[in-house]
Amino acid sequence: MPDAPTSRRLLLSATALIALGGPAAARSIRGALPWSPNEAYPPPRVTAGGWLYFTAEEAASIEAIANRLIPADALGPGGGEAGCAIYLDRQLAGPYGSSSWLYMQGPFARGTPEQGLQDERPPAALYRQSLSAINAHCRARFGGRAFPALSPEEQDALLHAIDEGRSGIAGLEDKPFFEMLLQNVMEGFFADPIYGGNRDMAGWKLLGFPGTRYDYREMLDRPNQPYRDPPVPLSGLRAASWQVAR
Amino acid sequence: MRALLLLAALLLSAPAARADNQDWTQVARGRYLAVVGDCVACHKATEGVAASDYAGGRPIETPFGMINAANITPDVETGIGRWTPDDFAQAMREGRRPDGAHLYPAFPYPWYTRMSRQDMDAIFAFLRTIPPVRHAVNRNTLPFPFRIRAAMIGWNMLFFTPGELRPDPAKSEEWNRGAYLVEGPGHCGVCHTPMNALGGSRSSEAFAGQSLQGWIAPNIGGNEALGVGAWGVDDVVQYLRTGATAWTRASGPMAEVVEYSTSGMTEADLRAIAVYLKDRPPRGPAPPAPLAADAPRMRAGEALYIDNCAACHRRDGAGVAGMIPSLKDNQITVQPGVETLARVVLTGVRSAATDLEPTAPGMPSFGWRLDDQQVADLLSYVRNAWGNAAPEVDVSLVRQQRERLTRGP
Amino acid sequence: MSRRLPPTDVVVVGLGWTGSIMSYELCRAGLRVTAIERGPWRDTPTDFPPTTAPDELRYSIRHDLFVRPAQETLTFRNTMNQTALPIRRWGSFLPGNGVGGAGVHWNGQTWRWHPWDFTFHSSSVARYGADFLPQDHMMQDWGITYEELEESFDRFEYLCGISGKAGNLGGQLQPGGNPFEGSRRRDYPTPPMQMTAAPQLFAKAATELGWKPFPQPSANLSQAYTNPYGCKLAPCTYCGFCERFGCGNFSKSSPQTCVLPVLVRHPGFEARTECQVTRVNLSRDGKRATGVTYVDTAGQEWEQPAALVLLCAYQLFNVRLLLLSGIGKPYNPATGEGVVGRNYAYQVTGGATGFFGQDKIFNPFIGAGSVGMVADEFNADNFDHGPAGFVGGASLACILTNGRPITNRPVPPDTPRWGSEWKRATRDNYNRWAAVGLQGSVMPYRGNYLDLDPTYKDSNGLPLLRMTFDFPENERKLSRFAVDRCVEAVRAMGAHTVRRNEISGPYSIVPYQSTHNTGGAIMGSDPKTSVANKYCQVWDVPNVFLSGASLFPMNAGFNPTGPVGALAYWAADAIRDRYLPNPGPLVPA
Repeated sequence: MPDAPTSRRLLLSATALIALGGPAAARSIRGALPWSPNEAYPPPRVTAGGWLYFTAEEAASIEAIANRLIPADALGPGGGEAGCAIYLDRQLAGPYGSSSWLYMQGPFARGTPEQGLQDERPPAALYRQSLSAINAHCRARFGGRAFPALSPEEQDALLHAIDEGRSGIAGLEDKPFFEMLLQNVMEGFFADPIYGGNRDMAGWKLLGFPGTRYDYREMLDRPNQPYRDPPVPLSGLRAASWQVAR
Repeated sequence: MRALLLLAALLLSAPAARADNQDWTQVARGRYLAVVGDCVACHKATEGVAASDYAGGRPIETPFGMINAANITPDVETGIGRWTPDDFAQAMREGRRPDGAHLYPAFPYPWYTRMSRQDMDAIFAFLRTIPPVRHAVNRNTLPFPFRIRAAMIGWNMLFFTPGELRPDPAKSEEWNRGAYLVEGPGHCGVCHTPMNALGGSRSSEAFAGQSLQGWIAPNIGGNEALGVGAWGVDDVVQYLRTGATAWTRASGPMAEVVEYSTSGMTEADLRAIAVYLKDRPPRGPAPPAPLAADAPRMRAGEALYIDNCAACHRRDGAGVAGMIPSLKDNQITVQPGVETLARVVLTGVRSAATDLEPTAPGMPSFGWRLDDQQVADLLSYVRNAWGNAAPEVDVSLVRQQRERLTRGP
Repeated sequence: MSRRLPPTDVVVVGLGWTGSIMSYELCRAGLRVTAIERGPWRDTPTDFPPTTAPDELRYSIRHDLFVRPAQETLTFRNTMNQTALPIRRWGSFLPGNGVGGAGVHWNGQTWRWHPWDFTFHSSSVARYGADFLPQDHMMQDWGITYEELEESFDRFEYLCGISGKAGNLGGQLQPGGNPFEGSRRRDYPTPPMQMTAAPQLFAKAATELGWKPFPQPSANLSQAYTNPYGCKLAPCTYCGFCERFGCGNFSKSSPQTCVLPVLVRHPGFEARTECQVTRVNLSRDGKRATGVTYVDTAGQEWEQPAALVLLCAYQLFNVRLLLLSGIGKPYNPATGEGVVGRNYAYQVTGGATGFFGQDKIFNPFIGAGSVGMVADEFNADNFDHGPAGFVGGASLACILTNGRPITNRPVPPDTPRWGSEWKRATRDNYNRWAAVGLQGSVMPYRGNYLDLDPTYKDSNGLPLLRMTFDFPENERKLSRFAVDRCVEAVRAMGAHTVRRNEISGPYSIVPYQSTHNTGGAIMGSDPKTSVANKYCQVWDVPNVFLSGASLFPMNAGFNPTGPVGALAYWAADAIRDRYLPNPGPLVPA
């Protein structure tokens, strides 16, 4: 080895980091696996009540849309009832809404479909602009009624038109908006309830998805049999909310 | 060949060369005894001060307040560089500094007093050889009245019996070696023998375990349900050497003991410790009747157990051998006190890492996810399922642990 | 202004699978190793325990474990006459980040590649003639053979504790294993995973079709295991949160479960996290690396001198670091000259999804990353390609990894995407679908390559990598052929409705396909056409060694982690046994 340094010099390198860079600037790990009590990184638990991003009309519009995309019926509650609007409101108020995790440096160009997302506007701005365009269109077309005040049939017809890219609504890019909307509403219906949607695990109960059970070994010898234990969310089930079948 | 001859010469001359700090065999033995005595656990330098195992400053929790461990490197100004072997022996035997001032029994002289002078000299000889570190430690942090060191005169009269341990001729050499290690340098009773209100050991309850610093130092005597009575000698050896057996793992303060001390001990010494501990009179309460499986609390706890614990500890509580602790037939689960159980659930825990068991699997914190009542129900279930039997857990105890250890849920 | 640190023996860029293996092997050889990792420290009980790991939104949809594109991404175009634009949000592939790298969030499908793969060019010419090979191909052998790597494959499998069934022990075919695999010295360390309902059905159907299905070799372990380093793993619980997630109960092989516990204990090792290496520093003549420069989270730039530099970052970022450092001549597709960036390849994915009658309950949430059955009849050169008209192949598998509901609730074709009818179909089919997927090879081509983007920069102001890639006709033929086989299998399983999923249109970075990017810094036997020699040593700068899939001259019909791990052992051995006694080029140029 050319000029193999001594262990004393290695020691100096570690202290140099502390002295010059400050410990926050470089975490040095050696000797033992780091661990500290209470260390856990659960997502912040969304509590219902109030809107962090949406205006009242935007929130009502998303609830109405979610109830058409996932209607309430004999199989269970609709998307709006399941909290999809609360879910989306909290998402738009966070890093998703502002695209803060994404690469958002310019120059921006439209690109090919294969090049994916190239829109400069983050989801929060897109929702604001698109819902405003949809409600302006509704008021003009349906005698002053915004989207939430339309009949279910009128709502469905409009949503189909947007889905198929033929709404003609000024200021709305039908397809990109609808793809984002459908994805986000489905997220709200099927994501862990800790994020504000999937209330009472309505989405999971529709499917029979057991949530965070994390252990199905006892089912391996029982193929083709239904799973019986109730779903568990990240925040856990309340005491005595279920009992093990004897 | 020459080295061998030299070594032989050293060995031959060792008894004569007492307290000669050039004696390699004495220094090596002193280094081993410092490991047995787990000196580093307390005398380790505080983070960032100095890269020395013995420069001191680490705060030690006592019933009376925090005491900072001394710098025991041979630094003349801030360590024990001016001490003589006699000074060191006086500290170990009588708990007094060269100037006559009393040390607090956070320094376990009531145990070290039982060591032979030869062993004390060996440790001292070893300490003379480590690099001196200049590190002044504030040694007077206790609140009034405990900061008056003379108060220890009374304490010593009440609780301290100086003097070297005498072997029991009726017992085997191995048993006597175990007794010496456990009662002397190993100072196991500091944690595992219940303390009275003034910090003295209740010898009538020796090794019966106690609540200490928010943990349970468990029963390590001959009791089969609560102690090591049902363990094989090999199990005790494996636990102390590696930090794990098939069904349990050392964690918390014991993880440090394993990492710094017992994992560095010889097999013969660990066997001796096991033989002696297993022969301690069984102490501790008889197990109560278990909670009925269909008691509401057991049903609630069972559901919580399956939701939260079974993915690692399995539905039958058996865990994964050598990896994830079993909760049945595990003495920790059924200790009279539940501080450790509540703490482990609330804050999570990491087990000991040793060369033989490097993985040190950790349990995550559930404090953010389970409330006090849920933890109490869950633990009551675990303590009474699968053949376990132990008192159910009061929610106030969980609340106290949470207040002590965590931010709220 | 960079601050210079005291030198170390070895600096390792990236602490994932290869970084941790090579760090530990070199620590054990007596060297002092400093690993520099772009992302955070991560460990099981704190960062992905069962209390927080099973969170589909956070990890699978929002990509919490992956590198934030805001920090580092690349640009993409299909062809050289397009303008590349940045991948602003991950889609087609998901590059890892942080300690453990992709080893934290992989599925655990662990293969030895076929002996044929390593000689894919010369073997294809020998069997089919040079004229049979696709237009503009850049096929060339690896410069290393399966036989040379066999011991290293074995070591990686025993490091991980892979659960599987041998198909070829010392040349003797073994019933129940893969009859097409290369000869192995011993069986897998642990027995295969227990199969769930859908893979069992596939195995039966595949057997009826005359194929020889066998259990997917799995890094989700069938039983508790202690590896040769003394690290312990627990048995898999089939939780259904494997790929894109860390494993909460120590049952998936990863740097965290298999290496880091012993590595951090080694006195010769130090890890520095959240430090991004921006270049390898070279001596004035450019023939020796002097260390690396990195930037910490405060924006401070540091120079870490070292005698040896190991590039252990993800494939894309290893190539970018070479280009940013001026190591090796950049590839020029116009002339075909240069080496860094050539032979970039991807994988063909797709298959067929079948929908079954009400008598089936597949419980898709009971799964693991590698629980499934595989048929290898149409992979590599395991069949006569003459009639098929393409080179390469695909493995076919029924692996039910999860039933996570945001993503995995397929409905039959022609079902509306929303509304009451969608809701009913979703409920009725959630438990009654199974897919047979394919993983197919991609050959190297002249126009598929990596270079630096002329326009877009990362958060440190350095040029992003640029990818130019599309699937050529050879791979489209392979896709059609292999999807046909998947459809046959799904029909034989008894599906009443089948949905095809094959390549159509240009390659798109939007839908997820595979994080098996390969090439760009390939190994070979000629410095004019490869970046590194057979010991993964850079031809031009012999104290720089490479690891990972950037070394692969082609992409095969199997997951890459097996050869990635094997090459890490192979290169570490070469450094210890060949380079250290006599530092310098290990193969004369």
